[in-house]
Amino acid sequence: MEGQDTYSIFRAIADSWVLLAMFVFFIGVVVWAFRPGSNAIHKDTAGIPFRNEDKPAGDRE
Amino acid sequence: MWNYLKLVLLGLAALFTLYLASEARDPAYLVAALIGFLSAAVAFIYALRGMGNESAPKTGYLDGPIRIGVILTAFWAVVGFLVGTWIAFLLAFPNLNFEWAQGFMNFGRLRPLHTSAVIFAFGGTGLVTTSMYVVQRTTGARLWNDSLAWFVFWGYQITILLAATGYVLGATQSKEYAEFEWYTDWWLTIVWVGYLLLFLGTLMKRKEPHIYVANWFYLSFIITIAMLHVINNLAIPVSLFGSKSVQVFAGVQDAMVQWWYGHNAVGFFLTAGFLGMMYYFVPKQAERPVFSYKLSIIHFWALIFLYIWAGPHHLHYTALPDWAGTLGMVFSIILWMPSWGGMINGLMTLSGAWDKLRTDPIIRMMVVSVGFYGMSTFEGPMMSIRAVNSLSHYTDWTIGHVHSGALGWNGMITFGALYFLFPRLWNKTGLYSTRLVSWHFWLATIGIIFYASSMWVSGIMEGLMWREIDAQGFLVNSFADTVAAKFPMYVVRGTGGILYLSGALIMAYNLWMTVTRAPLAHTTAAAAPAE
Repeated sequence: MEGQDTYSIFRAIADSWVLLAMFVFFIGVVVWAFRPGSNAIHKDTAGIPFRNEDKPAGDRE
Repeated sequence: MWNYLKLVLLGLAALFTLYLASEARDPAYLVAALIGFLSAAVAFIYALRGMGNESAPKTGYLDGPIRIGVILTAFWAVVGFLVGTWIAFLLAFPNLNFEWAQGFMNFGRLRPLHTSAVIFAFGGTGLVTTSMYVVQRTTGARLWNDSLAWFVFWGYQITILLAATGYVLGATQSKEYAEFEWYTDWWLTIVWVGYLLLFLGTLMKRKEPHIYVANWFYLSFIITIAMLHVINNLAIPVSLFGSKSVQVFAGVQDAMVQWWYGHNAVGFFLTAGFLGMMYYFVPKQAERPVFSYKLSIIHFWALIFLYIWAGPHHLHYTALPDWAGTLGMVFSIILWMPSWGGMINGLMTLSGAWDKLRTDPIIRMMVVSVGFYGMSTFEGPMMSIRAVNSLSHYTDWTIGHVHSGALGWNGMITFGALYFLFPRLWNKTGLYSTRLVSWHFWLATIGIIFYASSMWVSGIMEGLMWREIDAQGFLVNSFADTVAAKFPMYVVRGTGGILYLSGALIMAYNLWMTVTRAPLAHTTAAAAPAE
């Protein structure tokens, strides 16, 4: 690293570890979306727009 | 206590802006300071008159800013399209540069007025308004803070006024889609931080355990725009009492920062934000949940990870290193995947309800919108390929591409959202006229087709004319030759603009009549949404 400018150091880190970390995160998100048991949760979440249309949850007027 | 403090702060703001006005070095700054003064004064009077009414219970959803917001969205639509149609004809018929309007209504002044009016005034007001509506309905919670919501709403409108008056009076920092000068940038930063806090605060007090996907898109739009806006507008004012500023970045770094901003304004303002709209309003209007929630999650993360790298494709064949251009190009092409995944998700939400296309012109509008999203996200990556870009860049093809995205995708989904929201916000049984929605739909669609096809022809012709060389290696055409050859296409483009504008006027009329004439849904007072 000695003698290298800041740009080159950052560039090397970005090209290797940061790239790997972002890629792993993304793959992790995809795998997480397909985890067992996610179907029921996703079905429930997809139904959110059809609840609480007129007033906040728990509001009884 | 807070109410007294509010009065003091507003009074001080009024005095401060009045002082700025007295010191103003140029007309744009003077007008901006006066706008600031008037806003503070009006807010002061409002706050003063509201004193003593604080005890009213805050129940229900906060729909006050949303009601004004949908009206202003329709208003800015008409203004933005009108200016756009005008400058389209200005290019076809230069005689429309009237002597009395020199220095105020030239193309260079009106062009940023048009782009900002449609993107930030029409699109932005639509996004702020719908995000406030959607986040409340999908969290089951009232907006985090009433005063903050009103501040964000009106603060954003003040930004629009500052920007618009600045353009006409010549205040610009000459960065495309970020033309407004430093004082507007600073003000927008304050408003935007308030917006982020309002949105996050509402998400924090949500009653639903999960955060619906529309909110993910809205949140990414808010956060990314904050980052882009601050970095691209790093500038030092020449004087604190004048509108001129000097950019911190220079040369190719400035160009790269600008297009990193510019392309992500497309990616996170015009795409992520409007996808938030799509993921709420399409399922609502189709009356069925989104096709695949898993796909929406992957759509979101893929879009977030990919879009941010695509900017360099705006700078092929420039001083930007080739590797950066290639990076931008490759990421743009990979973007095909999430974009089409999102399009399929939106369209397939209608599976089992396709019959609605025949009877419901609002759903038709939304489907065409998502279709244009797919089409322009196909065209964009194609144009980012270096070889294609060598033909398309600097030509009208780019303008055509932008408009098929903006008029088709952003415009149509916002119209759909407005048609959805008006009857609900004013507690009406439905719209005043569905026939008029059909009229709007066809006028807008045919208008876009006129626009996009004329710009394809014009752009490709122009690109081919520019690169044509004779046997001796001399360029065959001068620049003025291409301008003359484009005349018929410019007239067709303007005609498309007239059609699109007429559609918007019909919409404004229909929405107005919905508020004033359409029958009420419930007559019981208890059903009226509380302010």
